[in-house]
Amino acid sequence: MMNAFTPPLALALVDIGRIISLTLIAAGLLWLFIRAIKLKEVERRVIFLFIFISVAAPILFPTVFKEKATPVVKAVFDKIESLPPGSKVLLSYDFDPAMAPEVQPMADAFSRHCLVKGHKIIYMCLFATGQGQFTRTMENVIRPEFPEKIDGVDYVNIGYKAGNEGVLNVIISDFKKMFPTDVNAVPYDSIEVFKGIRSCKDLDLIISIGGGRPGIKEWVLFVGDPGDVPIATGVAAVVAPQLYPYYPKQLLGLLGGVKGAAEYESELVAHYSRFKDSPTPALLMMGPQTLAHIVIMAFIIIGNVLFIQGRRKEGKR
Amino acid sequence: MVVPARAVPEPADSLKADSVEIIIAPPTSPVVSDFKYDDGNSLILTWVPSIDDLPVGGKVLSYHIFRSDNGGEAKKIAELIPGANYYKDEDLYSDTNYAYHVVALSSNSRAASFQTASIRPQREWVNLNLKYLFFIALIIAASVIYFIETAKRGKKLFVRKIAGLEAVDEAIGRATEMGRTILFIPGIHDMDDVQTLAAITILGRVSRVVADYDTKIRMPVARSLVMTAARETIKASYMSAGRPDAYNDDMVNYVTDEQFGYVAAVDGIMVREKPATIFLLGAFFAESLILAETGNSVGAIQIAGTARPAQLPFFIAACDFTLIGEELFAASAYLSGEPKQLGSLKGQDVGKGIAMLAILLGVLLSTIAAVGDTETITDILNFITRVFTVTN
Amino acid sequence: MKRGVPLIITFVVGTVLIFSVFIPPMENLGENFTLFFDIIAVFAFFLGGGNLLRVHLTKLTRRKRDWEYSIVTIVGFFFMLACGLFKIGNPGDISASLTAEGSWFQTIYDNVFVPLGSTMYALLAFFVASASYRAFRAKNREATILLIAAFIILLGRTPLGTFVTGWIPDSFSVLQIPNLAIWIMNSPNLAGQRAIMIGIGLGVVSMSLRLILGIERTYLGGEDK
Repeated sequence: MMNAFTPPLALALVDIGRIISLTLIAAGLLWLFIRAIKLKEVERRVIFLFIFISVAAPILFPTVFKEKATPVVKAVFDKIESLPPGSKVLLSYDFDPAMAPEVQPMADAFSRHCLVKGHKIIYMCLFATGQGQFTRTMENVIRPEFPEKIDGVDYVNIGYKAGNEGVLNVIISDFKKMFPTDVNAVPYDSIEVFKGIRSCKDLDLIISIGGGRPGIKEWVLFVGDPGDVPIATGVAAVVAPQLYPYYPKQLLGLLGGVKGAAEYESELVAHYSRFKDSPTPALLMMGPQTLAHIVIMAFIIIGNVLFIQGRRKEGKR
Repeated sequence: MVVPARAVPEPADSLKADSVEIIIAPPTSPVVSDFKYDDGNSLILTWVPSIDDLPVGGKVLSYHIFRSDNGGEAKKIAELIPGANYYKDEDLYSDTNYAYHVVALSSNSRAASFQTASIRPQREWVNLNLKYLFFIALIIAASVIYFIETAKRGKKLFVRKIAGLEAVDEAIGRATEMGRTILFIPGIHDMDDVQTLAAITILGRVSRVVADYDTKIRMPVARSLVMTAARETIKASYMSAGRPDAYNDDMVNYVTDEQFGYVAAVDGIMVREKPATIFLLGAFFAESLILAETGNSVGAIQIAGTARPAQLPFFIAACDFTLIGEELFAASAYLSGEPKQLGSLKGQDVGKGIAMLAILLGVLLSTIAAVGDTETITDILNFITRVFTVTN
Repeated sequence: MKRGVPLIITFVVGTVLIFSVFIPPMENLGENFTLFFDIIAVFAFFLGGGNLLRVHLTKLTRRKRDWEYSIVTIVGFFFMLACGLFKIGNPGDISASLTAEGSWFQTIYDNVFVPLGSTMYALLAFFVASASYRAFRAKNREATILLIAAFIILLGRTPLGTFVTGWIPDSFSVLQIPNLAIWIMNSPNLAGQRAIMIGIGLGVVSMSLRLILGIERTYLGGEDK
């Protein structure tokens, strides 16, 4: 991670690396474009090579672009921002390691935002593997950045319970019935965070992070709608289109894929200077994504040039 | 693992001993009634909240629900937040009588309502909440059966041409001419997925032609039950082609249940054996494009089909023919050419008609209601919404 | 007879399960049948595992092409099975959690299985590029619309989209590429997806009826005569 203490030589090397790789990609694409005009097809492995460079270069030489939050993302940010300190927010880690690269940055960003605002967080998961993902938030966000926050008072982890929507069906009327203790076996009634909370209906906000099943659809169907509780979500990019119909009535906002996470991170950094040096993995991942998208678009253009040239040649015959 | 220090606060529901007792009015009119359309295991309790239960500055902190079973001692069964006025009690028995009362609590006093009458949960034999769903299902099912019967009587029914299915014979012929293998991938789900069933029915038709032409077929699968079903299907095809000796169990083999492990194995087979024809039919997920692109790179003619809308774009981009959603389910009937099977496809059109009519009517009425706000229109709109909403 | 019994079972179970949706005392029937299926599928795994071993052992003993790789499969299969069943390399005893920290099972899962799976998944990035290169060509009017939509979505998912159309005033914000991308996903794309879903739903109904009524029998082995 780059920060103010990175030596100037390293910074210069990164800049040089960035310039060289971008030049290489641009020159290569131009060469392929000229070949396409001359009706020379592009081999599959050449495309693969370009994708490899365009993904690898921004990872080796980190490139961060500026992001502006779209209304769907801004809605979630504004909601957490507007809640009074001490509000109760539930974060449900409904994902596994395979989905983590896309959604873990969202989970971390939500945690940062809630903790800095002084909200009380209840962590739980509908995926058994979500428990391991929470450990990452614990180790990467809560312990290093918020050492003053106390388990049980400022946040609590109640863990995983099997039963998918069955779990939600119970906690909509009674938390304690499903989660008599937290993961450290502390009884429900002696957990400060749960003071005044009987069921999900007493929460100020629920955020489900994931995109699989069980996940946000179950949260909306079994908790959000019947309990009239505000719900937001962060999901993998491929799932997001299926969730837009829920916005803004049943979902107050949603983060889709790395792009959504990056928008949220940039919004967080813009509002809170203390996060200036915090990790922003999604913003960093936007580098490879942006460059790869540009390269794909370039190849689509090259493909069309080939197609048009080919048709012109056939027409001449 | 280091567990941070934890403050242990006092229990949330303990009553604080304030010097002045805060008197509150009790909740009133508690009524218990049967929860409709269940298996006789739930009751609904409603009451009028205490007049001291106000959104701002209210003195009521919580409600406790007490239940007495068969006239026994009343026990606390739930705690609810201020403002609550109903409670659904579940997991009850239909042979027990239940009576309830509600207690409102302030910070240092309590006020109980009267006890309700004692009632038993009733078991209903038909869920009338689903009556509209039942009628719609009945209409669609009846129309499918009606068209099957019509077709049986010899009436000619028009079914549009499906390019992907017209190409099946040509694709098999190509593999035969080239002396190469046909690869059949039935998706990665088990036999309990109707898409896998559809794939196996298509396999039945494909393997019949394969047996006639003596082409090689290869089928790596991701589920053991699919392996067994596929073997039976192919074996029967070879028997009906009169060539049982040419059948061999090794045509179908199990690889792994693990999604990407399976993909690695299938990609390897494609690259090594360079099949001339690849069928990708069934339930596919993230592996759809990986399989289809590898198939494309070895120059195979590819026919794909799935009912997973998210994967269709990948198949359309990388395969020669794609069966979109319902076409996958229609494939077996289409390939069989039997009138009664084709009749079942015709029955679907009635369902589509209902869907189109409902959408059109909904859009029209919503627009009129938004512009004019007439009560009758809103009532009709609400009725249509109710008809097409599944509530339990 | 061989075909008659399965047909009767299909008809009875299918019909009963459809009606169970509307009859409250039978509401758990569907769930129970799913459990029955899971139990049968678990036992069927012996068939699959046995087949996997048979294929690779044959390859190995007959020294068929690439037989060396079969050693990796067989060793991997038995090693993982032993680590899981007998808790070999697990810091706890036989009753310890399979995924206990430091157990061989978990170590192999984290360091071999997960990276291999991610590698296969990552191939998508390459294949998306090669498929887009071939598929998005302006061959006709429909293909051109698809091409334009693809461009807007690709741009909209990157900061470049904001950069290119960021100057558009907020009153016309719908024309900004990221918002245009959301509109495409939200309206035309979703409408199409829903229509496909309705078609699929009806297709499933028709297919299920063919199965329940015994008109479709191919899955029971061969065509009917």
